[in-house]
Amino acid sequence: MIRRAGEHGLLVETGSLELSHRLDAALRADRPAGVAEIVPGPATVLVVAPGVDQTWLRDRLAAVVAEERGKDGAGAAEGPVVTIPVVYDGADLDSVAELAGISADEVVARHSGRELVVGWLGFAPGFAYLTGLDPVLESPRLDTPRTSVPAGSVAIAGPYSAVYPTASPGGWRLLGRTSVRVWDVTADPPSLFRPGMRVRFVREGAPPS
Amino acid sequence: MMIEVLAPGPYATVQDLGRPGYAHLGVPRSGAADAPSLRLANRLVGNAEGLAGIELTFGGAWLRFHDGGWAALAGAPVAVTVAPGGEGTGPHETVGWAAARAGMGVPFWVPAGAELRLGTPAWGLRTYLAVRGGITVAPVLGSRSTDSLSGLGPEPLRAGALLPVGPPRGDTSADAVADAVADAVTDIVADLAPLPGPRPAVLRVLPGPRDDWFAPGAQDALCAGPYVVSQDSNRVGVRLSGPELVRAKEGELPSEGMVAGAVQVPPSGQPIVFLADHPPTGGYPVIAVVTAADLAVAAQLRPGDEVRFTGRPAR
Repeated sequence: MIRRAGEHGLLVETGSLELSHRLDAALRADRPAGVAEIVPGPATVLVVAPGVDQTWLRDRLAAVVAEERGKDGAGAAEGPVVTIPVVYDGADLDSVAELAGISADEVVARHSGRELVVGWLGFAPGFAYLTGLDPVLESPRLDTPRTSVPAGSVAIAGPYSAVYPTASPGGWRLLGRTSVRVWDVTADPPSLFRPGMRVRFVREGAPPS
Repeated sequence: MMIEVLAPGPYATVQDLGRPGYAHLGVPRSGAADAPSLRLANRLVGNAEGLAGIELTFGGAWLRFHDGGWAALAGAPVAVTVAPGGEGTGPHETVGWAAARAGMGVPFWVPAGAELRLGTPAWGLRTYLAVRGGITVAPVLGSRSTDSLSGLGPEPLRAGALLPVGPPRGDTSADAVADAVADAVTDIVADLAPLPGPRPAVLRVLPGPRDDWFAPGAQDALCAGPYVVSQDSNRVGVRLSGPELVRAKEGELPSEGMVAGAVQVPPSGQPIVFLADHPPTGGYPVIAVVTAADLAVAAQLRPGDEVRFTGRPAR
């Protein structure tokens, strides 16, 4: 189903993150004229195209969705895996271990043990919701968010993991930190993470101080 | 050319037309909340419409022009004074000439050293100052806009800040610019631009995309109004209080892309109309979207104003 989002927007219901990523990739590879924004979400893709005939765009989007839906099983995320080295010394490592009923070492092993996929970005520029977290690690946000979380903090909340792109307040549970800059306004694109990208965290020893 | 901020008024920022194309990376579009007014002010001084100007909230700014420059104001109407600015001011006759011609919707010359003093708007909320050549603070991701949500772009204006101004477009060689400045007093001759008067605060909306998340009659309740603009409105959105919009579905919507003008309804049932700095994604259902033309009307609503919605198209 394709819903209207004002005069210039169409919200395509994909029903799954995987189809959102495929539609997003197909639209970026062959961008319809006049499209200003393509915003994938867990179950939708928003397409904003001021000045474009909405009937034409709706038909075009319906055709692309049908084509991508037909490719079921084609495999979701493509492209290389981005590796993020992490020093696992986060303030919430022990509380996550306790909630999960496992050791802190096992938290680290489970967090770095699988490939995650960038679901979508939101909350702040460059803040990527990484999906595919080991369900054992799922834990609620902190009751009281921290007033400032440093850039590069590696954290989890609910079914997601994230790397804080800039220092900001935050209620996610901190597992560690990375020296990789995931957000740089002077780079093009400014975000290391883009929807559909595969990510793997890798344990790194604490650097000599 | 530099403009010195002597006092920014209640809240003032540099704004152009924002950062389109980065929503999927979590970057709000930002840009002038009332974009047609910024475009008009730019046209009046011969700028390309998208150059950066100053967006004043509730007027009130005092600015010193270190060099002479053409300026124009659009949006919420304010009293305009061009006054001698102490040492370094040009001949008082020049200031007097300029002062007599300064006002809303017309290009006017601000002599070197003079102060531009802006009052509080009679109606509306946001006034736009364009200066010939545009404000040329360093761009971030292709825009000079202050994004109040994410913090991208320059800081809001503070007393003592110096704002660089670019050369006029066209021939930008040093000689040409010098000639243009020398000729400036007789350079632009323009009639007063017709500024929109106070427009009835009626926002036309298109239903959806999530109108089916609401109880039958919610769309009618939205359009029955009136709603009152709340004190905590800002560049992110106009927060309203009025008839509660009752949901039919419980729970949270998976996060999805948001557009400017979206009428988002949090669990309180009190709607928020998204403006320029709205988050690019959100998890509360959007019952309707304000038409592009009426976004500028929404951006001029001030706390305490009454506003209505209508599903009827423009006449």
